Amino acid sequence: MSDWPILSIVTFLPLVGAALLLLINGEEATVARNSRWVALWTSGFTFLVSLMLWVNFDATTADFQFVEQADWMPGLNISYHMGVDGISVLFVLLATFLTPICILSAWEAIQKRVKEYMIAFLVLETMMVGMFSALDGLLFYLFFEGVLIPMFIIIGVWGGQRRVYAAFKLFLYTLLGSVLMLVALLAMYFDAGTTDIPTLMEHGFSYNMQLWLWLAFFASFAVKVPMWPVHTWLPDAHVEAPTAGSVILAGVLLKMGGYGFLRFSLPMMPLASETFAPLVFTLSIVAIIYTSLVALAQQDMKKLIAYSSVAHMGIVTIGAFTFNQHGIEGSIFQMLSHGVVSGALFLCVGVVYDRIHTREIDAYGGLVHRMPSYALIFMFFTMASVGLPGTGGFVGEILALLGAFEANTWVAFFAATGLILGAAYALYLYRRIIFGALTKENLKTILDLSPREWLIFAPLVVIVLWMGVYPVSFLDIMHVSVENLVNQVETAQAAAAHAAQLAAN
Amino acid sequence: MGVSMLNLGAALPEIFMAVSALALLMLGVFAGKDKAFRTVSWLAVAVQLVAIILVVTGEGGTAFFGQFSADAFAKFCKVMILIGSATGIIMAMNFAERENMARFEFPILITLATLGMMAMVSATDMLSLYLGLELQSLALYVVAAIRRDTVRSTESGLKYFILGSIASGILLYGMSMVYGFTGTTNFATLADVLTAGNLPVGAMVGMAFIFAGLCFKVSAVPFHMWTPDVYEGAPTPVTSFFAVAPKIAGLALFIRVAIGPFGGVVEDWQQIIVLISILSMALGSFAALRQENIKRLMAYSSIGHVGFALVGLAAGTKDGVTGILVYLGIYLVMNLGTFAVILCMRRNDRMAEEITDLAGLAKTKPLMAAITAILMFSMAGIPPLAGFFGKFYVFKAAVDAGLVTLAVIGLVTSVVSAYYYLRIIKVMYFDEPVEGFDRNGTEMNVIMAVATVIILAFVFFPNLLMDSAAAAAASLFGM
Repeated sequence: MSDWPILSIVTFLPLVGAALLLLINGEEATVARNSRWVALWTSGFTFLVSLMLWVNFDATTADFQFVEQADWMPGLNISYHMGVDGISVLFVLLATFLTPICILSAWEAIQKRVKEYMIAFLVLETMMVGMFSALDGLLFYLFFEGVLIPMFIIIGVWGGQRRVYAAFKLFLYTLLGSVLMLVALLAMYFDAGTTDIPTLMEHGFSYNMQLWLWLAFFASFAVKVPMWPVHTWLPDAHVEAPTAGSVILAGVLLKMGGYGFLRFSLPMMPLASETFAPLVFTLSIVAIIYTSLVALAQQDMKKLIAYSSVAHMGIVTIGAFTFNQHGIEGSIFQMLSHGVVSGALFLCVGVVYDRIHTREIDAYGGLVHRMPSYALIFMFFTMASVGLPGTGGFVGEILALLGAFEANTWVAFFAATGLILGAAYALYLYRRIIFGALTKENLKTILDLSPREWLIFAPLVVIVLWMGVYPVSFLDIMHVSVENLVNQVETAQAAAAHAAQLAAN
Repeated sequence: MGVSMLNLGAALPEIFMAVSALALLMLGVFAGKDKAFRTVSWLAVAVQLVAIILVVTGEGGTAFFGQFSADAFAKFCKVMILIGSATGIIMAMNFAERENMARFEFPILITLATLGMMAMVSATDMLSLYLGLELQSLALYVVAAIRRDTVRSTESGLKYFILGSIASGILLYGMSMVYGFTGTTNFATLADVLTAGNLPVGAMVGMAFIFAGLCFKVSAVPFHMWTPDVYEGAPTPVTSFFAVAPKIAGLALFIRVAIGPFGGVVEDWQQIIVLISILSMALGSFAALRQENIKRLMAYSSIGHVGFALVGLAAGTKDGVTGILVYLGIYLVMNLGTFAVILCMRRNDRMAEEITDLAGLAKTKPLMAAITAILMFSMAGIPPLAGFFGKFYVFKAAVDAGLVTLAVIGLVTSVVSAYYYLRIIKVMYFDEPVEGFDRNGTEMNVIMAVATVIILAFVFFPNLLMDSAAAAAASLFGM
């Protein structure tokens, strides 16, 4: 069993499902029903297979596991190289976990062109999983950019009023960042003669080259994360995307940037990372404080959560550039928990949006009287987003802040203000929607969660609690890999410092 | 090298094409003019297919006393050109019959133009180069004006003719300068004479003139002005032919001239190509943004694509040439597919040429819309589609040659160009449908399907094209 190419199966199984969907024909209602089921089964089965990665993962080594390598462009020394380590395996699971939930959440919300919608989602899943498991730079780039195609279609076809604007903005913003990364990849290839990620990690680029490479990669990842000031595409994309699109956008796509920092910037350009860490810290702190304040002023639920995502991702980037064990583990953990929690919050918005068809905060109020279960669930995820101990959000933030404190007290201080502001806007949002008198006419007949919605939220609640109460089961998996990464970065930085000292003498 | 031999065997495909074209002409004349249109067309397609086989199986070598070479490079380009021509004729048939341009001369002229292109890419002497180029050009001038009863078509043909003649004049003038200062027109001899640091000023001026003439033929900025008008005015199947085969032939010729006789003085022409490439990419991207007519849009798009291909030439290396050849192969497939789509844009038996005519195609013809979307994403160079790999190879060569700035500029303009490709997808998928199109012809469906499959599957087998392109490029540098 262990010599099965599990990673390739997980990556391409959704694509097989998409191909099956293409074959479905007939009456519109039948096609829609069958498409939903095929997509759900495919993504559910993919998730089960991906659990094999979790079960068989050896957490005692920092090596890449489930490695597959096949000829792709032998003339260029570029191969189909897949594998996961403690850092990436959890992201693969995050992607396979959220996709069935997204499909389930779109069960009734999407009524037109259901087949195409499901195809887009399955293709998206392939791209996401492939991106996190690629061990070749070009392969990584292929998946990284390929994500844009289904995302463009999802937002543009099934989105809200200003969907065309949002889709174009998402596409062109990200593409502009990515092409610079492509140039950097080509430059790396020129220097090292390969785009194989493990080889590039060992290569040791010159300091001067690292600076340029770092900036080029930064252009791409910063847009994706997104970091202030290149975050403006995110609120638009989130607001216009259909619920499931927002979930996957916040849940997985934002993590591609953070993952990129950990996979490329830190290990391959450790010296440049050190040089630019203050820049990252500054931008992240601005993001945390500024976007939190902006979130406070929002009238649109989705926009508020979108801005809160920018703030939360600020903590992620701070954690990643502390270069210590706590910071990086916190950064990864924060990404995972934010992936689940913000996804869940968008689902919460989707629940009421499906009923009332508006995202205006003022259109709601007093929902607790009609929807007690919804109020409970929403409360739970609001608290998780704020970082209440016992939820996943707490562990990630505390670790990242701990790491930041070790690296720089002031950074930790400013980052911590984000927690206070986060509590402010999240609770303010909650109060305006859930509490108060139920005065709006159209809310008086609103129904509480349906069994399908319960089914969607239940696993998310379990995961968030699990992450909060027993984080070790996740931290253990990443621990050795992160340790290895930290050592790698420290060794390189120490060697450079030593060389500088010698030169000074 | 067998320079002193006639060696007709190496030119067998060309000889076959010439004889067949004449035979088809006889057939057309004696069978009663335009009634034979369809027969002659299919026979012409068969001729191109046989020529492909002859090219592939031919043993190669030089012919005509060193004026003509059937090396791997020429073979590679000829196969692409012949595929483009054969598909072009197939795509024109139904259109021609409907639009009252079913003249039997049409496939014959295409065949003759193709013959000219084949001679061009095999040319290893200024004279044979010019001969091939003119055979191609003269046939194309007539083809552009084939609908002589419409103003647009004749205007397009006339424009093409006048500007094309000027370009040929410039080219010829450049050749005479080079000949005057070196005393030879043979590429191999020229390569021996012109080495780094030994480029007489006169030869350099001549080289600049030759490059300018070639830029006109491939419609690179600043010699592109004729392209949008000719593309828009010519009948659509003719446009689709113009966008593919002559482009490939022109670029192949460009490569041969740059790498052959002037291969020793790369640094003297590199900056010219860099500039032309940047201008073409920028103009192709920015000018296309506001186009409403899809044929005009494709004209600007093709200018941009030439710019991208020239990035590989700017590198001046074997990898660069490999990159261009891969780029051209993918460009061929994408363009044939796209023009098949454009030819299917017919409403109530009339051609629809505005981009807005595609509105809501995803509802009225979902499969065709999906195919168009894939083609457009590929044109924009989004991975994992084939179009990305074309760009990847040329930019890789550019970065390897130290042209990082060029690569950055090129990729940024490709983001701009992504906008207008996306716009087509937006119109098809996000806008409300207008009245549907007429039924597609079967041949169009086949072409679209084949193009799409190739574009989607390329990522799995990049080496099929890559290896033969590399071999082709190697033959050029082994000279």
